[in-house]
Amino acid sequence: MRISGARMVVEALHKEGVNVVFGYPGGAIMNVYDELYKQDYFQHILTRHEQASIHAADGYARATGNVGVAIVTSGPGFTNAITGLATAYMDSIPMVVISGQVPTFLIGTDAFQEIDAVGISRPCTKHNYLVNTIEELPYILKEAFYIASSGRPGPVHIDIPKDITAEIGEFIYPETIVVDTYKPTDKGNIRQVKKAIDAISNAKKPLLYIGGGVISANASDDVREFAKITQIPIVETLMARGSIENNNPLLLGMVGMHGTYAANMAMSEADIIISLGARFDDRVTGKLSEFAKHAEIIHVDIDPTSIGKLVNVDYPIVGNLNKIILEMIEIAKEKINPSRYESWRQILKRYDEIHPLRFEDSDDVIKPQWVIKRVGELLGEKAVISTDVGQHQMWTAQFYPFSFPRQFVTSGGLGTMGFGFPAAMGVKRGKSDLVSINFSGDGSILMNIQELMTAVESRLPVINIVLNNGYLGMVRQWQTFFYDKRYSHTDLTMQPDFVMLAKSFGGVGYRVYTKEEFDRALEDAISKNCVAIIDVVVDRLENVLPMVPSGGTLYNMMLEYKD
Amino acid sequence: MTEIKINKVISVIVKNEHSVLSRISGLFAGRGYNIQSLTVAPIPETNLSRFTIKTSGDKRVIEQIIKQLNKLIPVLKVIQHDGIIEKEMAIVKIPIEESLADIDALCRAYNGKIVNVSEDSIVTMVADEPERVENFLKAIKKYHPKEIVKGGSVAIEQ
Ligand SMILES: Cc1ncc(C[n+]2csc(CCOP(=O)(O)OP(=O)(O)O)c2C)c(N)n1
Repeated sequence: MRISGARMVVEALHKEGVNVVFGYPGGAIMNVYDELYKQDYFQHILTRHEQASIHAADGYARATGNVGVAIVTSGPGFTNAITGLATAYMDSIPMVVISGQVPTFLIGTDAFQEIDAVGISRPCTKHNYLVNTIEELPYILKEAFYIASSGRPGPVHIDIPKDITAEIGEFIYPETIVVDTYKPTDKGNIRQVKKAIDAISNAKKPLLYIGGGVISANASDDVREFAKITQIPIVETLMARGSIENNNPLLLGMVGMHGTYAANMAMSEADIIISLGARFDDRVTGKLSEFAKHAEIIHVDIDPTSIGKLVNVDYPIVGNLNKIILEMIEIAKEKINPSRYESWRQILKRYDEIHPLRFEDSDDVIKPQWVIKRVGELLGEKAVISTDVGQHQMWTAQFYPFSFPRQFVTSGGLGTMGFGFPAAMGVKRGKSDLVSINFSGDGSILMNIQELMTAVESRLPVINIVLNNGYLGMVRQWQTFFYDKRYSHTDLTMQPDFVMLAKSFGGVGYRVYTKEEFDRALEDAISKNCVAIIDVVVDRLENVLPMVPSGGTLYNMMLEYKD
Repeated sequence: MTEIKINKVISVIVKNEHSVLSRISGLFAGRGYNIQSLTVAPIPETNLSRFTIKTSGDKRVIEQIIKQLNKLIPVLKVIQHDGIIEKEMAIVKIPIEESLADIDALCRAYNGKIVNVSEDSIVTMVADEPERVENFLKAIKKYHPKEIVKGGSVAIEQ
């Protein structure tokens, strides 16, 4: 089949089973947009900013597990996309992002809207390509999807010069692909797995430390099974929330800076830590030299660079968790006696009882944590929960009763304000039968507010719940704790009228001061099934607790703040 | 934990494709790894190139460098050899006023030679183990070199 480069893009996306792409047109990508117009294989959703195109594709990928796709133009279109790429890269999200580039004969001349796109995207993508000839285009498209979704997933960027999208070439799309320089390890070393299980069977205080890799490997069910047969307590990272059901008695909650007391004490006192798809991030470990001092470490990860990067590992196992965990289960059935850890479980239960996750509710003012808990009671497993970044994000991670993997969509590694709303649009597009909630703050929500238009136009009824504290709350909290309350540029009392704002785009808005009003607003927004902002006026000075101050130790948490 | 810095020569075999040099140098710059020298050239009769990178760091850093290099998509192989033959090269320009015979003798002692003599200068070269090249460059100082050009290391397994 002889077709244009632009048409090749469309045909390849179709062959990859793409249902939806998010994007924004411009000069250098117009040939591709012309082909998008002529096809009806898949939907294109026009966002109102390229950053949002990428976040929406990202949210779609996180909610469904499929590769998210976005298309942008050269120059400013591409630079706008960078925050989205970096966000997806830090959280290992499979995506393919296609950008237009100036024609090959103008590259290097500072042409209009020319930018060295692959130079910029190199450090924030798993891989990238500048297409040089039409002949290599089909192969690159195929390879991009393969690389994005295999091994440790990640975003892949393809930059296509305009003359190549116009050129006609032979289109033969490879069915399968082998990249001889890229062969992710799949099966773990079985001897090493046996040794690791042996070590667990001899330990007294084992702990499962699970990360986002459990979700990307679709291994949640098997990890639950492993925990069930071994009765080993579990802590989750931010990125793993949802992989273990909230009411699982073995789950001690989230670990790290705003983790639970029990989870952080468990890390500190464990004699063996079984890390599954987690990467010992500084927000998890606190001060490294004091981290898990009594523990041997088993580290299962698909990415060898994650192993031994920050902590010394006694049992490194490289491979795909969804295969390795099955072997772990088989061996554990024979080797591990769950009653051996009974006293350890009791100790941890005590920790949980002494300092459970809590907040002081109030009748005078809505507490932000109450809102999260309430949504959990009302919607529970009927919703996918996205967040922006800040206090509301941490409260969501702490208080929402997650029950299934991919239920929680949040920018963990990069911490990108403005992620939540467009991501929640992608979630809604991927999971239309579930309610798509975005918990946001009065700061973050304004960072992609133009997406109200996209959501209304493309019928993606996201419910944005803004926990409005009139501050850049998380920064304000640090200023309270560590900067003597010098609130340098964090006061956000100057605000738009969020109700009118939502209405002006064709959505619905609610301003809420009481719990009753909140319940009514949420119910109304769900029944109307349209794009909403619920602006909840919450206690301005609430803090996220407990907290391990940055550089502090996990066993020395700040449990309360006394003014 | 005391971190002992070690020097390491790493060979990286890569697919010879667009921007592979920037992927490798960008990896070192972005992650704060040190590059003492870097040479790159195509491997004859293949579509591959060989990078020879001289770097240093503690054990964890060296380990990370090797793993991170392996993770780059166009990288075929990363070789960190302990038993290697490593060579470096230097070209030195010396004023014509200096004694040709003395310089010639010195060069010969270091596996080098005089490669050009013009109206106003003598050009010499040596190719040898890095320490020996270092020593040569110290010794040649006596003859007031006008310019010294050093190449990076190249290495091969024994
Ligand atoms: C794009 C971006 N800029 C700045 C920051 C730094 N930052 C982290 S949390 C935060 C405050 C967020 O405020 P808001 O959205 O109102 O949420 P709250 O903390 O009040 O819940 C800021 C500014 C960031 N994470 N992302």
